[in-house]
Amino acid sequence: MADVTMDAPAARPELLRTADGMPLKAALAAASRRARIRAFLLVLPLLAFILITFVVPIGQMLSRSMINDQFSASMPAVGQWFADNPNAAPDEAAFAALASDLAGAAEARTIGEVGTRINYDVPGTRSLFTSTGRKAKTLAPPYRDALLAIDKDWDRPDLWATMRAASTPATTAFYQAALDRKLTPEGKYERADAGSRIYVTLFIRTFILSVVITGLCLLLGYPIAHLLAVLPLRHASLLMILVLLPFWTSLLVRTTSWMVLLQGQGVINNVLVSLGIIGDDGRLAMMYNQTGTIIAMTHILLPFMILPLYSVMKTIPPSYARAARSLGASSWTTFRRIYLPQTAPGIGAGGILVFILAVGYYITPALVGGADGTLISNQIAFHMQKSLNWSLAAALASMLLAAVLILYWAYDRLVGIDNMKLG
Amino acid sequence: MKLPIYATPLERTWAWAYRAICGAIFVFLIAPILIIIPLSFNAEPYFTFTREMLTFDPAGYSSRWYDNLLTFGMIAPDAARDGNWWSDVWANASWVQAAKNSVIIGFFSTILATVLGTIAALGLSRPEMPYRKAIMAILISPMIVPIIITATGLFFFYSNPCAMFVGLGLDPACGRLAGTYLGVVLAHATLGIPFVIITVTATLLGFDRSLLRASASLGAGPVTTFFKVQLPLITPGVVSGALFAFVTSFDEVVVVLFIGSHEQQTIPRAMWNGIREQISPSILAVAAILVVVSIGLLTVVELLRRRSERMRGLSPA
Repeated sequence: MADVTMDAPAARPELLRTADGMPLKAALAAASRRARIRAFLLVLPLLAFILITFVVPIGQMLSRSMINDQFSASMPAVGQWFADNPNAAPDEAAFAALASDLAGAAEARTIGEVGTRINYDVPGTRSLFTSTGRKAKTLAPPYRDALLAIDKDWDRPDLWATMRAASTPATTAFYQAALDRKLTPEGKYERADAGSRIYVTLFIRTFILSVVITGLCLLLGYPIAHLLAVLPLRHASLLMILVLLPFWTSLLVRTTSWMVLLQGQGVINNVLVSLGIIGDDGRLAMMYNQTGTIIAMTHILLPFMILPLYSVMKTIPPSYARAARSLGASSWTTFRRIYLPQTAPGIGAGGILVFILAVGYYITPALVGGADGTLISNQIAFHMQKSLNWSLAAALASMLLAAVLILYWAYDRLVGIDNMKLG
Repeated sequence: MKLPIYATPLERTWAWAYRAICGAIFVFLIAPILIIIPLSFNAEPYFTFTREMLTFDPAGYSSRWYDNLLTFGMIAPDAARDGNWWSDVWANASWVQAAKNSVIIGFFSTILATVLGTIAALGLSRPEMPYRKAIMAILISPMIVPIIITATGLFFFYSNPCAMFVGLGLDPACGRLAGTYLGVVLAHATLGIPFVIITVTATLLGFDRSLLRASASLGAGPVTTFFKVQLPLITPGVVSGALFAFVTSFDEVVVVLFIGSHEQQTIPRAMWNGIREQISPSILAVAAILVVVSIGLLTVVELLRRRSERMRGLSPA
């Protein structure tokens, strides 16, 4: 309305003004700005809380994948030599710098950190650093011969290539490791041998298992969601409770149940044996392998498929299907050509949601997965807690997070985050 | 599910088969949860039904695993069961301590998540809110980011929270939140917030904003309007959001493992340790109790939902 007034000043020379004499357009703009600020101030406390306690910490954690100063912080002289002599083989000056750095790091008690960093890429070298560090103070020129006298491994080209790579804090070494590429003595990266390509294999396995689980959830969830959508509300809400109960039950409880059911001496095997379907010596191995992970995760994620499907199917009027039937379509054709396309948004929403949750799953695979049923999350936990290679854990985590965020974006485009519903 | 009169015999057969399939899927959904309850009363330390249990012989059933939950960790479990025995249970039994921790952590993180989340949802649901989608995406992200990544990030942050504020002149070693109740409460609040946001914004969608103008025109300030008009109407949504947040905290194990110390032993953490080491039938007793608790919670949420729908006139009373 204000615009109309403004656009036609000739017809109405006097500007519309508010009681205190402000032009109406400016007053409206100020009011709407105030409203925007007020709305934003309501959200601000939570936004600040999430940014400080969640977004920034995760960003900092991920930066460990590219910045690692375990070696460079304690070994300045060698770092300087590498900077001054690109592409040179280690000479006496390099060994002298190494000897002084080893002595300094041993003094500062950071030699273990230094050795650990090199040990990530050249296994078995941590003790080389710590044992040489203990004697480094007594070393005398010529340093090359003195160091080689302690351990002749100090001449290994791959060791020097790794030290060169680690001599600056910024590094891609951990992403290379996460992609199963290893450093050659010439300082180049190449694919690791087929036998030691752990992480790419694991990413592929995580992807395949997630696809299988999402597919199974769709297969089992679709009929249930349809049944709930077409039944009268009274019956549907009773059956809905059967879907919501697993949703509200503790994850550990559900995983425990599956462990009890799937064990060698568990309920399912016992029933099969007592029915004579399998022999007592032929009990099925359904746990501590991929089968266990797939069964338990399908059960746990099924409600996340059923609920979005249900909310879409609920809005589909039955008259379309009736119209198709009255025009001569068979029930199969009606389903395939009329009903299924209308449920596509629900399939997309449920599918992406289940897939997002499945790729990052940790607890269930850790408990029932055994050796070949674990996912990428379990490997991240292993590097965080056991091997303490935090930079590699961060590299794997950022690759997983990138995949999840792409899916999240797709989910937002497809469903809209504000349309997400629970229960 | 009434079949039309023109249905062919094949379609009638299919309709029955379809019901059977759905029944089987419902069994798959529910049976694993309910089967825990009878198994937890097994008199033998087996994870399957014994012959006595199947023939309903009372000798096959026992509450010994529940008893074990109380006595484990006690100083004098064999003493006479009088007032002192019970105070020993309250003060020392491991599972009771875990339950206390879970309830305390769950309570405070729920309060924090619900208050912050509800206020933010009020802002997000205003039509004039700027950058609505982007902010919503950030606030929901704790639900989407894989839990192991969250736990790892929080582990570094809570080990040395001040490191982030060095730029502001804070001492980089001024404190540590890992291994404290406050740290776990804050972390669980972060995880519960998306659920509060989702449920409260969904409830606010059905809220008639002209009531706010009516209230303002009658002379109420924004605070009075909120507490007297808006809050009573959106209470069902707020409460179910709070329940979601509580369950999230009550069920959370990975973050507690990473940033909690032994002091913050919660029920899920104790279960996790129990399952990893040697799964004992006591775990089944805990699991059975948790199933009963979740049935109770589900009932509350379902009643709230119906009440909220009735208030919005969506379904007949």
